[in-house]
Amino acid sequence: MKVKMLSRNPDNYVRETKLDLQRVPRNYDPTLHPFEVPREYVRALNATKLERVFAKPFLASLDGHRDGVNCLAKHPKSLATVLSGACDGEVRIWNLTKRKCIRTIQAHEGFVRGICTRFCGTSFFTVGDDKTVKQWKMDGPGYGEEEEPLHTILGKTVYTGIDHHWKEAVFATCGQQVDIWDEQRTSPICSMTWGFDSISSVKFNPIETFLLGSCASDRNIVLYDMRQATPLKKVILDMRTNTICWNPMEAFIFTAANEDYNLYTFDMRALDTPVMVHMDHVSAVLDVDYSPTGKEFVSASFDKSIRIFPVDKSRSREVYHTKRMQHVICVKWTSDSKYIMCGSDEMNIRLWKANASEKLGVLTSREKAAKDYNQKLKEKFQHHPHIKRIARHRHLPKSIYSQIQEQRIMKEARRRKEVNRLKHSKPGSVSIVSEKKKHIVAVVK
Amino acid sequence: METVPKPSRDVPPKKNRLQAKKKKPRRYWEEETTLTAAGASPGPPGNKKRNRELRHQRPKNTNIPKKSRFSRKPQLPKKPRERRNPEPQRSLSGAQDPFPGPAPVPVEVAQKFCRIDKSKKLPHSKSKTRSRLEVAEAEEQEISIKAARSELLLAEEPGFLEGEDGEDTAKIRQVDIVEAVDIASAAKHFDLNLRQFGPYRLNYSRTGRHLAFGGRRGHVATLDWVTKRLMCEINVMEAVRDIRFLHSEALFAVAQNRWLHIYDNQGIELHCIRRCDRVTRLEFLPFHFLLATASETGFLTYLDVSVGKIVAALNARAGRLDVMTKNPYNAVIHLGHSNGTVSLWSPAMKEPLAKILCHRGGVRAVAVDSTGTYMATSGLDHQLKIFDLRGTFQPLSARTLPQGAGHLVFSQRGLLAAGMGDVVNIWAGQGKASLPSLEQPYLTHRLSGHVHGLHFCPFEDVLGVGHTGGITSMLVPGAAEPNFDGLESNPYRSQKQRQEWEVKALLEKVPAELICLDPRALAEVDVISLEQEKKERIERLGYDPEAKAPFQPKPKQKGRSSTASLVKRKRKVMDEEHRDKVRQSLEQQPQKQEKKAKPTRARPSALDRFLR
Repeated sequence: MKVKMLSRNPDNYVRETKLDLQRVPRNYDPTLHPFEVPREYVRALNATKLERVFAKPFLASLDGHRDGVNCLAKHPKSLATVLSGACDGEVRIWNLTKRKCIRTIQAHEGFVRGICTRFCGTSFFTVGDDKTVKQWKMDGPGYGEEEEPLHTILGKTVYTGIDHHWKEAVFATCGQQVDIWDEQRTSPICSMTWGFDSISSVKFNPIETFLLGSCASDRNIVLYDMRQATPLKKVILDMRTNTICWNPMEAFIFTAANEDYNLYTFDMRALDTPVMVHMDHVSAVLDVDYSPTGKEFVSASFDKSIRIFPVDKSRSREVYHTKRMQHVICVKWTSDSKYIMCGSDEMNIRLWKANASEKLGVLTSREKAAKDYNQKLKEKFQHHPHIKRIARHRHLPKSIYSQIQEQRIMKEARRRKEVNRLKHSKPGSVSIVSEKKKHIVAVVK
Repeated sequence: METVPKPSRDVPPKKNRLQAKKKKPRRYWEEETTLTAAGASPGPPGNKKRNRELRHQRPKNTNIPKKSRFSRKPQLPKKPRERRNPEPQRSLSGAQDPFPGPAPVPVEVAQKFCRIDKSKKLPHSKSKTRSRLEVAEAEEQEISIKAARSELLLAEEPGFLEGEDGEDTAKIRQVDIVEAVDIASAAKHFDLNLRQFGPYRLNYSRTGRHLAFGGRRGHVATLDWVTKRLMCEINVMEAVRDIRFLHSEALFAVAQNRWLHIYDNQGIELHCIRRCDRVTRLEFLPFHFLLATASETGFLTYLDVSVGKIVAALNARAGRLDVMTKNPYNAVIHLGHSNGTVSLWSPAMKEPLAKILCHRGGVRAVAVDSTGTYMATSGLDHQLKIFDLRGTFQPLSARTLPQGAGHLVFSQRGLLAAGMGDVVNIWAGQGKASLPSLEQPYLTHRLSGHVHGLHFCPFEDVLGVGHTGGITSMLVPGAAEPNFDGLESNPYRSQKQRQEWEVKALLEKVPAELICLDPRALAEVDVISLEQEKKERIERLGYDPEAKAPFQPKPKQKGRSSTASLVKRKRKVMDEEHRDKVRQSLEQQPQKQEKKAKPTRARPSALDRFLR
């Protein structure tokens, strides 16, 4: 007879002294871990609920401006520094860690229409309603010195926007035409027009640095190559585009914030169909900015809310609003992709977390592991109806909520009419136009 | 030597050629290695797998004469490199690794950890989703291999009992085993002589450390049976029908003559649950925190012990219920009835999930093994049958016993114990969780009284038997899982660990509604509702937005796109599509026939061995 009984030595399983860690032997045999899937599901459900519990995105409000904030700019080298221009011509520089204004400049008479920093971070440019372009030093004046710009350029027309080249000492302004300036000269290197309407915004492509995009009030978006004297091509949409923003990771993708409550992500190479139509806002979209990862962007709207959209989704993943925030005019995603700033009508700049439930500060390794695990679980079970419902639930102000309902009804009616028309007409005579193509009027080269 | 493209690297696949272009700067210490391992591609370690695949193709290409025009230099002797048996690579010190590459993993072990069923085809979906599913599958595969590799770290080996040539293990008595084994194991065999309190029911806690037993005359006690420390001993002055530990050893439920009572580990009565009256059998579902009670009144009641609410009270409509067991794999309750059927219940349904006709007479005992594969039943017709629970509910083996078994229980490793009168028989199969063969018992033992309760102790080679004469703890080598998981149920856990575990377990309490026959169904793609949604969407929109647009020929050069030629081109494309369709359907037909011959199941059935 040969016999062996299971006989464990407790010394192998119990810690020796109280100072030791407890011994935890593992065995990954699935029969010892029954109900793996239901338990993971419950964990995912808990993680989703906790995410909603911890969703407190609002961090700080920077007040100090005496009029609505009209434009914002990030510092290219310092995460803590932010510049803002107001409707009374005042420019303020803020320190985000202290949440304080560190410098105030009365830059223009009338609105500050645009502000941008130089790529090296030593100076910044502003344009205003007083038909001037001014270059300022980033550091304040020394003791006893007076606050005055490095350079001032007096133009003939009002400038409505400015953007700086990402690598060279060149900047572009827009107004009645798009002007490309050398920093050293007082007259533009070249100016480009296509149509006669005022251009509201101009943006340099961060990767293909010679490319620019602009949008004008005659409903078009025009693309330019700086090396050529004439614009490249333009696309005409249903309504006016307020701003465009290039994807910092994909050179040919940009997103346009439109007056018809939608945002359109375009592939520059095929402008006749947008890659994605992003709809969730219930009023004109005023500004848009990409996250540095290029996977998401944030949009500011006249409906007093800001929304975060994934690039490849047509619906927003997040909406931020507060009772006091009025029409949001400008928005920026910070360079560490963790925060969002928005400037609004009621003179405040607000700082939000980009990920509403994220815990700030340094995480311990266990916290990090738990966070990653929960993230994975949420991802795995995201399509389960119960989890989806909790994850999607957002509180909205009554005005936005009722607007959404109303627009849903309107859209439904339109769709019904279209289907009826299709049903009762000769087959082939009426075709369904997809949502993407509906808003594009023409592409001109 | 690196300036000219190396002749040994004349591999046609594009990727490798690209890699050859993007060569890393070569270090002085690498020179030797590259010479010996000619053809080892300099790609990053991440795409090793791909390189390996390419390497297999390489020997073919060596014979192609066309490639020789590249070889301006004398060609290095090139050997076809196999994955298993590569030339040992030299390290910095010059020592050779005698076992290069990762250690091999036995297929069966990896299969144990495999969670994705390969036999099921992926649903037809968009390429993006499909690729995501494929990536998930590949990850799963890798994980299962890693988990299989980690088996090496398990500390303990399972026990066994083998007779010397020709010796029948069933003839070996407990006394002999006790004499043969070490002192610590021998101490696990004991008898509690408790004649005056009548037949005993007993239950081990989930960690296997504690034992609770209750006698018909009201004697209830719990003890730490390893150290033989008595935790509480009371007399409830009422008949005790059944006893069960709840999620930890601190609480236990006792089915008394009238009502259900819950006591703590000091014997203090915490609750008297009057809604569960005349309970005959108790089962606890630890992951759902549900106490299932079967009563004389014919009701199966689920009590949520974490909040103290009755989740469901189901009328089985089959008279008195006194045969009940749980399926540890999916938490379905099996009830045995006097008409020979076994019904399967979940709290989410008012009706049984399934009814299986098992015996000609009434069912006396039911047991389900820990993997949820086999169900053993015994009936008044003196039959002992084992059923397959995976889908078909077919009997796999049957045997007539002289007395018929009144109590059945499975151990963790799949041993089946049956109590027949005052004898306990144990049958074993080949290896872990396999079908126990009913021909020859593995062990038998005669007790001093009639068997009234059986329970295998988890993680110990011990079978607890409650009988009219008290409690007997039998030694059954090879019954239990040798390696426990410290985070799941740890016999050596401290009080602090227990408290922490309790909180975690409560946080992930599985809702009662999720109990169903297949617990993995929750992670599978819900194809039915997806198709339903699609249909509704098409109805709502009035057209199919995902439908392929009909082919529209593009206008060609002037004069070449006459109506006739347009129609001809259109016709051509349509015909081509039609031909493709026919070809596909022809290809699928023989596959379908093959499928009919060999039904693919979720898991390989025990019956597969008879397929020739």
